[in-house]
Amino acid sequence: MATRQRPTQWLPHFILVVGVASFAFPIYLALIGSTHDAGIIARGEMPLVPGPHGLDNYWQAWTRGSAERVKSIPVQALMFNSLVMALGITFGKIAISVISAYAVAFFVFPLRMFFFWMIFITLMLPVEVRIIPTYKVVADLGMVDSFTGLIIPLIASATATLLFRQVFLTIPDELVEAAKIDGAGALRFFWSVVIPLSRTNIAALFVILFIYGWNQYLWPLLITSSRSMETIVIGIVKMIGTGDAQTDWQIIMATTILAMLPPVAVILFMQRWFVKGLIEAEK
Amino acid sequence: MRRRAIFHNKVLPYLLLAPQVAVTLVFFLWPAGQAIYQSVLLQDPFGLRTQFVWLENFRVVLTDPLYLGSVRVTLIFSTAVTALSMGAALLFAVVADMRIRGATTYKTLLTWPYAVAPAVAASLWLFIFHPSIGLLGRRLRYLGIAWDYKLNGNQALLLVILAASWKQVSYNFLFFLAGLQAIPPSVIEAASLDTGPARRFWSIAFPLISPTTFFLLVVNVVYAFFDTFGVIHALTGGGPGKATETLIYKVYTDGVINLDLGGSSAQSMILMLVVVTLTAIQFRYIERKVHY
Amino acid sequence: MRRMRRARWLFAGLTGLWVAAGLSPAPAQAVTEITFWYGLTQPLGGMLDQIAADFNASQTKYRVNASFKGSYPETMVAAIAAFRAGNAPHIVQMFEVGTATMMAARGAIKPVHELMREAGVPFDPNVYVPAVRGYYSTSDGRMLSMPFNSSTAVMWYNKDAFRRAGLDPNSPPRTWTELRDAARKIRAANASPCGFTAAWGTWTQFEQFSAIHNVSLATRANGMDGMDAELLINSPLHVRHVQMLIDMQKEGSYKYGGRDTSPEALFVSGECAIIHTSSGYRARVIREAKFDWGVAMLPYYEGAPGAPRNSIIGGASFWVMTAPRRTAEEYRAVAEFFRFISRPEVVAKWHTDTGFLPITMGGFERVQASGYYKQNPGADIPYRQLTRTEPTENSRGLRLGNMPEIRTVIYEELEKAFQGQQTAQQALDSAVQRGNTVLRNFERANRP
Repeated sequence: MATRQRPTQWLPHFILVVGVASFAFPIYLALIGSTHDAGIIARGEMPLVPGPHGLDNYWQAWTRGSAERVKSIPVQALMFNSLVMALGITFGKIAISVISAYAVAFFVFPLRMFFFWMIFITLMLPVEVRIIPTYKVVADLGMVDSFTGLIIPLIASATATLLFRQVFLTIPDELVEAAKIDGAGALRFFWSVVIPLSRTNIAALFVILFIYGWNQYLWPLLITSSRSMETIVIGIVKMIGTGDAQTDWQIIMATTILAMLPPVAVILFMQRWFVKGLIEAEK
Repeated sequence: MRRRAIFHNKVLPYLLLAPQVAVTLVFFLWPAGQAIYQSVLLQDPFGLRTQFVWLENFRVVLTDPLYLGSVRVTLIFSTAVTALSMGAALLFAVVADMRIRGATTYKTLLTWPYAVAPAVAASLWLFIFHPSIGLLGRRLRYLGIAWDYKLNGNQALLLVILAASWKQVSYNFLFFLAGLQAIPPSVIEAASLDTGPARRFWSIAFPLISPTTFFLLVVNVVYAFFDTFGVIHALTGGGPGKATETLIYKVYTDGVINLDLGGSSAQSMILMLVVVTLTAIQFRYIERKVHY
Repeated sequence: MRRMRRARWLFAGLTGLWVAAGLSPAPAQAVTEITFWYGLTQPLGGMLDQIAADFNASQTKYRVNASFKGSYPETMVAAIAAFRAGNAPHIVQMFEVGTATMMAARGAIKPVHELMREAGVPFDPNVYVPAVRGYYSTSDGRMLSMPFNSSTAVMWYNKDAFRRAGLDPNSPPRTWTELRDAARKIRAANASPCGFTAAWGTWTQFEQFSAIHNVSLATRANGMDGMDAELLINSPLHVRHVQMLIDMQKEGSYKYGGRDTSPEALFVSGECAIIHTSSGYRARVIREAKFDWGVAMLPYYEGAPGAPRNSIIGGASFWVMTAPRRTAEEYRAVAEFFRFISRPEVVAKWHTDTGFLPITMGGFERVQASGYYKQNPGADIPYRQLTRTEPTENSRGLRLGNMPEIRTVIYEELEKAFQGQQTAQQALDSAVQRGNTVLRNFERANRP
């Protein structure tokens, strides 16, 4: 776009600075909070500049805050569990939705819309609301307290299926016809045309789903009961006091920042895919 | 929306659909079926005593004047959250898509909020907006504005709308950006010869990303209806009075906190019916305007 | 495309990993393992883990696996879901307002008195403080669940603010008249921006309030005698109290700070000079308050017959759950664990570490003998308030079905009254009416 060309205007910068300032402010707050002591934060006297306790707090979060608190479960283990779950959900969701969206968008077959709506309806009820019957199914299948039980029930995704359908519908008919003339079959077309064309959206979806998986709380809480299966988010929630407890806000914020590192790494890694994509060829 | 060029195969599409359908059947439709059955039962939480009560749970819900209040709150809340989070995200995405200095940094910083664990995000909101200990809350009161969302229903509603939109802006931003980046520059350049940037956006870019916009519209409406009870639970607990009690929050509290499984199931059925209708309408009427 | 293929391999690799994890051989074991789900966050949860670890180290036959299951309502849902699927935990920690729900689930729980008798473990409920024992026992004195973390509500006040307002920092208000007076003076002298607030509003201003004034919260001995109880919180005394709070709010000496714990921030930040909240608030005050503070018993209305009586408890207790194929040996392990946690030294340590009440007389005496209360003035106030009289029908506790929902109803009606949308009488009448509907629904669903 011309708008993509050298902008000398101050307006875009202004909009983005305001956007970043308001949207990243809570994160900045967590970062600042992680360098103060609990009293200042809880009294609401937290200044907007870093305090002197940063190193102590992160050290405590990394060693005592997590390692001793959750006995014999070092923080790496919490992170590892979250990572396996997040990756499992991400790859699982993308894999099964991309192929089902392909079927819905590129084939005509009996009951096509029936299946689409059947998948689509899963979007409607979050797991928290139908949690008791879902737990029973998972328990009956013997999947309680395992990664399979954590991951499989969450990989059905109407969101991803709908997104891919939308993306696939923008692929021009001419491309399909050209592929057919070249003698390419449906699978060949899928791998060499459809997937490359959906790259930016897969990247966006990867980020979203990874974070979705990483931040799961109620489901892992319910499905796992052994210590060794705990995730980092459960670790954090465990620290936030309810009622009678005092709350170590500085440690919670430090842990929050630590827990954000893997998702942020994923964002940074995936961002490379954004600037590539279709425009690449024409640069 | 129906494409002309398609593949013909009798078995392949079913195979491609099979994994998704299997997971949906086992982990969604089967439990959802049990939830439907639950909605016509009167049962203690442990399932030890069960009575069949026909449609009584539905009757109780639909004749409750307080339920109508929740309908009103839900409409305001969902409309505001959808409009706010999509509008802001589109604006940021369009601007961040321009070739400006530091664009990558802006993109990263605008995506980060999504990575904060929801449980912690709610606490952060408290540290910003709490009337006594919140950074902004205290300043508002210092300026003489009677900011107290604990006792002011409108302020409480505003707060949960802001908090619920905040989380969703990053999500929408990512997909709008992905959509915009996928537009071939040649298309835009061809048009850029004779129109201004605003015109160009509305006449060229916006129609081209309309499939993404439609996707986000559906997803955001569903998000606002179904996925926001965590935010409300952490910030206001539905109060003050019932000022921030949305339908899904009521389903959640009746089911998970109050353990009224029958009533909660009946409410989820009603809610699902509403949203399925809403979505069908979106597919039927709005999707016509979408350019594929 | 190559990248996708690599991703596929990674996915396949991960799948392999789960399978491997699932097949790892279980070690041969002679120990009986029991699961224990709790709802305490850190640092309390960690201390509870430590108690389980101490029990495991104290003998070789049994092993308790403790795990965090979210907040109390989340823990309850987890336990219910697990029970319905046939694998309930052996022990689940449940908050005091869940007592009626757990008790009504007769097929799902094993009462503690029955457990101890069957396991042949000697157990004397009389070691517990009466207000604790009464809350978790049937009206004929049989204990249903194992008391553990109990607190009660007390009054905390800012001595510095009292001094600034010209009040005696060593004589905190004893009655509501004195409290209102003090709060007004604090406002008049601008000693702090707000005079008085109350956390856990329904618990401190209704449940505790009723016990201290010896008035009923509900019929049928606050529900202890049957599920057909009806709320009585629109009595003249309750209405008078809410009216006074509304008046205080208008004159600026009382501030409604939100539900449950949210007002607690107002005291430690120095905004409100007086707060009513849990005795477990102590640790937070020690760490966060930057002023001289004191603790006192909850106030009462002069002339109210019988006042002040003992307060009641809050907190949680341990319930034993049943499941198909649960063996006598497993129940025995539970019984042994319960015997362990009722030892005076365990009770005493939990009390001094956490600020929860010493729930047995032995535990209290042990702490007193150690000189702890001399070093920590006021730390014995909650215990003294709880034990100052023998519990009556009105101060033994309450057992109302769906109590969490009733609390929400009361909050909602109060909030509307504080916003000026209705009077105190209307608020409480409406709370009674809506609360009774909740009670009737519970009764219908749980009728034996």
